[in-house]
Amino acid sequence: MSRIIKSLVVPAHPHPYLCPDANQGWANIRAGFDEARRQIEESDADLLIIYSTLWPSIIGHQIISDPNPEWIFVDHDFHDLGSIPYSLNIDAQFAKDWDAANKARGLQSRCVNYHGFPIDGGSVVALKLLNPDNRIPAVICSSNVYANRAETTVLAKACTDAVEASGKKAIAVVIMSMSNRMFTQPVSPDEDAIHSLKDDEWNQKILEFLGEGRLEDLAQLSRTIQGQIRVQKVVSFKPMWWLSAINGQHNNFNGQVLAYEALHGAGGAVVVLDPSEGGIGDKEFDEDDVENYLGDRNVLDAVTEDSIVIEEQSLAEFDSLVLKTLAKEESGPELWQGTEGENLVNTDAAPKPVGPYPHARRIGDLLYLSGVGPRQAQTNSIPGGPIKDENGTPLDYDIEAQTRACIENIKVILEASGSGIDKVLDVTSFLVDMDRDFKGYNKVYSEYFQDVGATRTTLAVRALPTPIAVELKVIASL
Amino acid sequence: MGGGKIVAGIIAPHPPHLIYAENPPQNEPKSEGGWEQLRWGYERMRESLEEVDYDVIVILSPHWQTYVGTHFLGVENFKSLSVDPVFPNLFRFNYDMQVDIELAKAIHDQAEADGMAVKMMENPDFRVDYGTIVSCHLTRPDWDKPIVSISSNRSRHYYSVEVMQEMMMQLGESTRKAIEASGKRVLLIASNSLSHRHFTTESAIPEDMSKEHITSHAMHLWDMRILDLMREGKTQQVVDEMPEFIEQAISENDGGSLTWMFSALEMPTYSPLMHGYGTIIGTGNVIMEWQHEKKGGI
Ligand SMILES: [Fe+2]
Repeated sequence: MSRIIKSLVVPAHPHPYLCPDANQGWANIRAGFDEARRQIEESDADLLIIYSTLWPSIIGHQIISDPNPEWIFVDHDFHDLGSIPYSLNIDAQFAKDWDAANKARGLQSRCVNYHGFPIDGGSVVALKLLNPDNRIPAVICSSNVYANRAETTVLAKACTDAVEASGKKAIAVVIMSMSNRMFTQPVSPDEDAIHSLKDDEWNQKILEFLGEGRLEDLAQLSRTIQGQIRVQKVVSFKPMWWLSAINGQHNNFNGQVLAYEALHGAGGAVVVLDPSEGGIGDKEFDEDDVENYLGDRNVLDAVTEDSIVIEEQSLAEFDSLVLKTLAKEESGPELWQGTEGENLVNTDAAPKPVGPYPHARRIGDLLYLSGVGPRQAQTNSIPGGPIKDENGTPLDYDIEAQTRACIENIKVILEASGSGIDKVLDVTSFLVDMDRDFKGYNKVYSEYFQDVGATRTTLAVRALPTPIAVELKVIASL
Repeated sequence: MGGGKIVAGIIAPHPPHLIYAENPPQNEPKSEGGWEQLRWGYERMRESLEEVDYDVIVILSPHWQTYVGTHFLGVENFKSLSVDPVFPNLFRFNYDMQVDIELAKAIHDQAEADGMAVKMMENPDFRVDYGTIVSCHLTRPDWDKPIVSISSNRSRHYYSVEVMQEMMMQLGESTRKAIEASGKRVLLIASNSLSHRHFTTESAIPEDMSKEHITSHAMHLWDMRILDLMREGKTQQVVDEMPEFIEQAISENDGGSLTWMFSALEMPTYSPLMHGYGTIIGTGNVIMEWQHEKKGGI
């Protein structure tokens, strides 16, 4: 069971806090906040985790670690609505733990503990309305302007690491508009409306998804939504990536849309998602999952030849190209095309060999596989993280993720050869750290091989050719 | 009244690194220097401005971002602590600045009469954006001139660079008319970088100059192109090429400050003084001065 016991989507504007009575819509949003607050009070949450699109960052991810930030917030646009003095209760230890977990997963990250730091208006308003007595400690994280889906997903997973380690029960809150186009002229409160019919229709669609608990499906629409109804401000429609990843990327929630109204033309909604047993299931899970961030995007050091061309491409393409480039460079030995020949099998869906051998060879009714590790076929990245960096410094890695990736690669090769995991006869496993890893490896192994009846031998070896912790050698029948 | 004039216009970039590097008494974090090329550039500009007689600074900073019209600071004195939301480790600056409300209101009213959406910012709890603070401090560290601070309307994001430029051309004209009518002598500041692709990591010592360089050759080429055009007095061409420059070099000119200033200076065709160029976390920055009065501007 996840330790994220509830998730919230709340709007970014100060109106529901400063002047809820000026307009029925703003009052409705305020009432939505109040109902969400009541549900939070009824829960046994002991941590509020905030991801705010109103706090952009450039250098990695920033997390407030001042235990008691105090100041007065005034909005850049809506300063005439009034000031919001704040004094917040921050879980500084959790902030530090999350920061450390970010770094462990390869992210650039920083704790922010400076008197007078300007906490963003969205976070201030959300905490004022959801946690007015500061009963539950909170943590606030920025939204990186350059981060893509992979980086945002890893940020959420790092947060999950810290939540798991803390044993806390947490509520995740994202602060964002749905459609974010405001009126560029002043409008009186009674004239407020969603800026356009198209924005409204998309907002309704987003809320339909959330109401059905289809969070991961919505996350996968993020880029489309950004293109359709989002003004290209600094931070794009990223929070659903973060929110879905922190919940384990699924669609099983009870969703409640508590309010949806216009905020100076933008779409503001209060939504509560409670994890549920059933739900709509994973309908559209079509993007790669990612566990570790494989490198910063200071790409211009790494990719000199192509940089001028790349500059003219979109940032997203740029980032993915660079990730691939870095991944190739980091994985060590040169990659080979699988050896071709009669009875030899190679597949693009498995990691490239690191020498002159095929993925598998058929002999009569038998199929012999070359040793297979967890590297990913296209990116060469290592799920669960590499065991050491380029300098040989040991890194923390996830043996379960590596083992799972390893066996998934084996499945791909077996199936490409006309065999299958149920036809495996014999397995030889190699671990670089038997004491540390046997338990995790064995756990994942048994998920796949429990009923197969394959014989098995597990050996400890000093090293493997790439920075991986596990490799399996398999013989199967055809 | 009448008889007011713009005596000079400058590009004065605002990365907080430059104040951090100088260790002025107002800033808490301490450094071992860094970004000297740009800081020497600012030194040269300050020397040059010593010979210019002005009453007020009027600045447009892209870090006061407004979506509902263009706003003007409208409280006489702002005294507070500015902590940079992006680089809080470098910039925690105690500021105390005077606002020329009379001129701010005059530009506001003129822009309104010229059909723009405008608003005075009269909330005393408002914290002045760090772009305004950094550029003003580096231009005039004594803080002895009143300031008019104009917000950056994000029309580029809502519409396009072209629409943004149209609005900034108008705002520049309104600014000039109001200044002429005010009887005041004014220094204009366009507070912005040129190319604006950042590095996404920071070195352990932020001022480690072995790590500082432009993010890519393409960014460098763009910066040099725009620099050359400005030095040749081709400000209209800079404005014409702005959409491409902003698109390809992610230029911070999307905030409108440079277009606004060129318009207020009536698209100067004389050569500006080049005080310095350098990079800050990979972004390109120039310090440049249009000696408007000396060169026969209004
Ligand atoms: Fe800036």
